[in-house]
Amino acid sequence: MFSLIRDTFTSQLVTLWRVFKHMFDKKDTVEYPDVQPYMFPRWRGRIILSRDPDGEERCVACNLCAVACPVDCIALQKAEDENGRWYPEFFRINFSRCIMCGFCEEACPTNAIQLTPDFEMAEYVRQDMVWEKEDLLINGTGKYHDYNFYRVAGMAVGGKDKGEAQNEAPPVDVRSLLP
Amino acid sequence: MRWEVGSALNIVSILLVVVVIAAMLIWVERRLLGIWQERLGPNRVGPLGLLQVVADMLKIFTKEDWTPPFADKFSFILAPAIIMTVVLMSFSVIPFAPGVGIIDSNIGVLFVLAMASLGAYSVMLGGLSSDNKYALLGSLRAAAQMVSYEVFMGISLLGIVALTGSFNLREIVQAQADGWYVFPQIIGFIIFLIAGVAESHRLPFDIPEAEQEICAGYHTEYSGMKFGMFFVGEYLGLVLISSLITALFFGGWLGPGFLPPIFWFALKASFFVAFFILMRAAIPRPRYDQLMRYGWLFLLPLSLVNLLVTGAVILAGSGG
Repeated sequence: MFSLIRDTFTSQLVTLWRVFKHMFDKKDTVEYPDVQPYMFPRWRGRIILSRDPDGEERCVACNLCAVACPVDCIALQKAEDENGRWYPEFFRINFSRCIMCGFCEEACPTNAIQLTPDFEMAEYVRQDMVWEKEDLLINGTGKYHDYNFYRVAGMAVGGKDKGEAQNEAPPVDVRSLLP
Repeated sequence: MRWEVGSALNIVSILLVVVVIAAMLIWVERRLLGIWQERLGPNRVGPLGLLQVVADMLKIFTKEDWTPPFADKFSFILAPAIIMTVVLMSFSVIPFAPGVGIIDSNIGVLFVLAMASLGAYSVMLGGLSSDNKYALLGSLRAAAQMVSYEVFMGISLLGIVALTGSFNLREIVQAQADGWYVFPQIIGFIIFLIAGVAESHRLPFDIPEAEQEICAGYHTEYSGMKFGMFFVGEYLGLVLISSLITALFFGGWLGPGFLPPIFWFALKASFFVAFFILMRAAIPRPRYDQLMRYGWLFLLPLSLVNLLVTGAVILAGSGG
């Protein structure tokens, strides 16, 4: 009984002392607007549409990002240019719905849609949270500097025929292979 | 006008200073809690965040002062007034310094204890009149806690009263000129400290208003300045308990002569205010039945033993 009381008492005092010692520790607070926090390169923030190394849009309007999006904040419409390349006629992200989950980036087969370490996206008007393609598109390659979908894919577009892509064998006429 | 006990200058300045200090404690507490939790606390409004109090006050004054339609109007409005009145009344007998005080009462200790008992009505009425189950639970807890901790809050002080031979707080302070009462009355001091925390229902004994369990307890339904009065009343109670501990156990205004007496009082009292905030930062809340058992089965017998031993020592010393 006595030892129980003594231990209870001393444990409270030890707790008080240990909490008091925190006074001299380094504070964890980052005073944000004055001090910018370090944002990790793979932080999932504002969404951008990147371009391939030739400066063309990477997005091929496959709609996989819109399908993957759990909150349905991505809307786009496919269009085709004179070379046969697909591109989005419009590409709209409603950032008031977006939860920055990054599923669109994972789903994207052409590394077009990417999340960036920017989080300062507050707006006073809700309508300003809806970003169109010209707001989303950047003049760079984003995280993947060398990747160009139409240079590795087997699809024929203007200026590049079947079998001319990187690491691609010439097309085979299956009927001529008869023994 | 002169500085003497009970002068109008005294009354007005003590009232203003005490209420302003209680309001400033909102900032002090948030800042200190932040420091002890490795944060910074409010530091954006004004220098060091000092104007945070002004911002908080502006907010609380402009909020809608809403009385629920199902509440009992009269006692709902009465309850927050009681706690402010009662705690401010208790300050009238506190001896801040020679010549600084409102009443030089020869039943000062009794008066403070009586006002503390009346304070229980505030939380009881507040919870009952709200007609809300959490508020009712909170006021049930508050009533039981305050009634049981008052018992040995009084008994723990009887040792001092026996040593001084007076209920007058000024005489108690003056009797400590050759030694603070905290040394002969260390057990009484610890019991009074614990009971004081329970009386002002501060953490770790904030069971009546435990946010995590019963969402603020007896003041769940309060808003606007009525809530603000409960809030400031709690801080006033904190200042009151710290002042009482200073006056009763730590020699009040007595101290080396290079500082004026009122500074010694303020220094000692603010040490205890900081200690109470440290307790809030460090010690978790006990369960309700643990609180009751701890009070009745441990602290009450201990305070009685303390009183008996003190009496025996006085008796032996007087040669009777």
